[in-house]
Amino acid sequence: MEPFDTHEHEVLVIGAGGAGLRAAIEASAMGCSVGLVTKSLLGKAHTVMAEGGIAAALAHLDPQDGWQTHFQDTMKGGSFLNHWRMAQLHAQESPDRVRELEQWGALFDRTPDGRILQRAFGGHTWKRLAHVGDRTGLEMIRTLQDRGVHQGLDVYMEFTVTKLFTDGGRIAGALAYRRDTGRFVLFRCKAIVIATGGVGKAYQVTSNSWEYTGDGQTLAFEAGAELIDMEFLQFHPTGMVWPPGVMGLLVTEGVRGEGGILRNSKGERFMWKYLPEARRHEYAADEAEARAWLDAAVEGQQTEARRPPELSTRDNVSRAIYTEVREGRGTPHGGAFLDISYMPAERIKKKLPSMYHQFKELADVDITATPMEVGPTTHYMMGGVRVEPDTGAATVPGLFAAGEASAGMHGANRLGGNSLSDLVVFGRRAGAGAAYYAKGLTATPRIPDAEIEAEMRGLLSPFERASGESPYEVHRALQECMGTNVGIFRIEKDLETALATLATLKQRAARVRVEGGRTYNPGWHLARDLRNMLVVSEAITRSALLRKESRGAHSRLDYTGLDPALGKVNMCAKRSGDGMQVGPTPLPEMPAELKALFDAAPQPAGKAT
Amino acid sequence: MSAGAVAGAIAGATAGAAAAAAGARVKAEATTAKREAVLRVYRGDASGGQEVEYQVPVETGMVVLDAIHWIQAHQAPDLAVRWNCKAAKCGSCSAEVNGKPALMCKSRMERFAPGEPIVVRPMKTFPIIRDLVTDVSWNFEVNQRIPPFQPRAGAEWKWQQHDVDRAQEFRKCIECFLCQDVCHVLRSHELKHQFAGPRFLVRIAGLEMHPIDGVDRTPFLKDSAGIGFCNITKCCTEVCPEDIHITDNAIIPLKERVVDRFYDPVQMVWRAITGK
Repeated sequence: MEPFDTHEHEVLVIGAGGAGLRAAIEASAMGCSVGLVTKSLLGKAHTVMAEGGIAAALAHLDPQDGWQTHFQDTMKGGSFLNHWRMAQLHAQESPDRVRELEQWGALFDRTPDGRILQRAFGGHTWKRLAHVGDRTGLEMIRTLQDRGVHQGLDVYMEFTVTKLFTDGGRIAGALAYRRDTGRFVLFRCKAIVIATGGVGKAYQVTSNSWEYTGDGQTLAFEAGAELIDMEFLQFHPTGMVWPPGVMGLLVTEGVRGEGGILRNSKGERFMWKYLPEARRHEYAADEAEARAWLDAAVEGQQTEARRPPELSTRDNVSRAIYTEVREGRGTPHGGAFLDISYMPAERIKKKLPSMYHQFKELADVDITATPMEVGPTTHYMMGGVRVEPDTGAATVPGLFAAGEASAGMHGANRLGGNSLSDLVVFGRRAGAGAAYYAKGLTATPRIPDAEIEAEMRGLLSPFERASGESPYEVHRALQECMGTNVGIFRIEKDLETALATLATLKQRAARVRVEGGRTYNPGWHLARDLRNMLVVSEAITRSALLRKESRGAHSRLDYTGLDPALGKVNMCAKRSGDGMQVGPTPLPEMPAELKALFDAAPQPAGKAT
Repeated sequence: MSAGAVAGAIAGATAGAAAAAAGARVKAEATTAKREAVLRVYRGDASGGQEVEYQVPVETGMVVLDAIHWIQAHQAPDLAVRWNCKAAKCGSCSAEVNGKPALMCKSRMERFAPGEPIVVRPMKTFPIIRDLVTDVSWNFEVNQRIPPFQPRAGAEWKWQQHDVDRAQEFRKCIECFLCQDVCHVLRSHELKHQFAGPRFLVRIAGLEMHPIDGVDRTPFLKDSAGIGFCNITKCCTEVCPEDIHITDNAIIPLKERVVDRFYDPVQMVWRAITGK
């Protein structure tokens, strides 16, 4: 048998972004031996790119805020497809998690009276995002990273997990390869936390890095866990559209939170046209009111003015920009103008420093002087591993998930800022859930040698083929398929085309050939990641086919309205033999006391009462 | 327009949104004449290697990391490179471009003269793994030795923005380790066992200047971090992609603390008299 190293931990956490780090810290604090595995170096995970802030009803600027309003905003933003319990826990616990980050050394921007500053964001009734300029994610990951390493976590950097093992249906361990040497590593453990992030690399235009290949969703799926809500993929409305090398790169929603105005090529401020009627009363009626809101926000003062229309939810803003472009009112490079240049240059540089540098250095655009050009980019997967809200437990015993890889918290569309808070709220809960479970198991589960050997053989097979395609070719074809057929607007015929294409791509991926050796060979790494991208792409497409309505981030050209019956179900993908079965499962019903929150008369947003 | 084209427009997202606003876009591209760049990329491992030449088509706005990815996808699928965000936020794609430590994702191809070969080599200060990837694990070991943040007992969790402006500058660090790469104490004198390097002096400065941190790291700075080795040539500041004033704002104030504590004769006398 191929040689491999063995490590043993009670809890293995896969992924070292905000959710994985927070889970590992919690499990370790509960006395477990914890291994933390990451595909990259520590501190490079996607969390580092989060810019705008972390949402928590601290009520530092708007004293009217509270967990109930945050809960309501989250449910409305998710088109009520969220698991109510996750949205509730998240709204209730995120203030404590933010304060905890501060107690661990994070330095948030301050209010004039010395407390944590909060900014406005899309879909949030009140100013709610604690932030550090536009590099909040960096502050958060560095804080968690330092807390973690001083707590004695064993960190395995640049390791890729390829398979989870079970013993009698319970989690027993995982197989990984070291990217630096190609050597195999077996992890024996009692519990696993999946915190691997998203799936964006299945698309060409994305704000996501090479790591986002649906690994956790696929590992869980193959181990028998359920994936839900996979049709809900968020296209962030503001990615860079020019030059080609940076297409898709994120432009933080913080730009709009700080006053950024969206205009089309005719100079029209178009977002008013696209506000959903049901929520129009929450937004400023005209330019003057929007400006009054902004002036008050800059001064840190209360105002009766309502927020600007650019702060609508992401699904809505993406469709608006897309529609403007399609109807011929796009910018020279096929986007919309996002203008913050009317604000004082010093304030822009202070509040949005990395945006300033990003445009200056990568696009030769000075955002203090001219508008940016922006357009939608594949950004965030709302769907993922179905978990039990309080513990993060997946449907496989011993398997837990948190962060973007899990599902339920955000429903059909995530609000900006709710991701960083999701990571720490549910990272902590999944870490605790895994530790509690592991402590309850007496013996370490066993892993049959034959299964280990079969996995290693499979991983090495692309080296042994005398001929075959490059994995890069298949990846390009996959991105083209998903981009063309399963984008922002979907229709049955295209989704069927995608399914047929995915089936042939699966065969092509199984026959790719890899050149070179096992030491840091990105071609080999991609060959394995492709398998994961194909699984999640199939789940996205099959779920999208079944959801014959338009809700949140999922827009069907052939079913443009909401279907109340589909508002009561999640689409759920599960392994069946070697195939995938997708169908509706009932959405847990919200208890009466929470429902009552929505029955009250709509609150005039922005009004200080 | 078919739904496919519609959906594609966006998902190929803006690539396709362009399909809609196509006219303008195509014109813009047509005016940019296609040209080729020559890249000489170091290929090899601990046992040795050499620069290998590749011809790469150049697109507007392209960066060196795009060129490396193009080579991977078309000519050398096993070319090893470390990268993540491609937006200068994660600090993964550090290398030496034409001899200068730089992030490949920030190195615009247009800045090089047409026809001028672009030489891309791994960071020299760290052991090579393969091609452009080096073993930077030593940095993580240093970080682990730094006494962590510990709030002062009874401190109030309130402070003004100007109290944290300076520490926030240090916390902008994306750990690209380019400052470590260029630092002659590490690069030429190989004193990794005695000197923590600019990155970690910046990190210590961030902790020391935290408004309510209560740990005294001055002895650590002198003995373990080896701050005395730095002779303020400011090379680190020059290569920092985050424009952190490493030498002026972080290292010099820390050096002053060490000098005040251990080498200032006036203070020595004062302490002897007052017993402080």
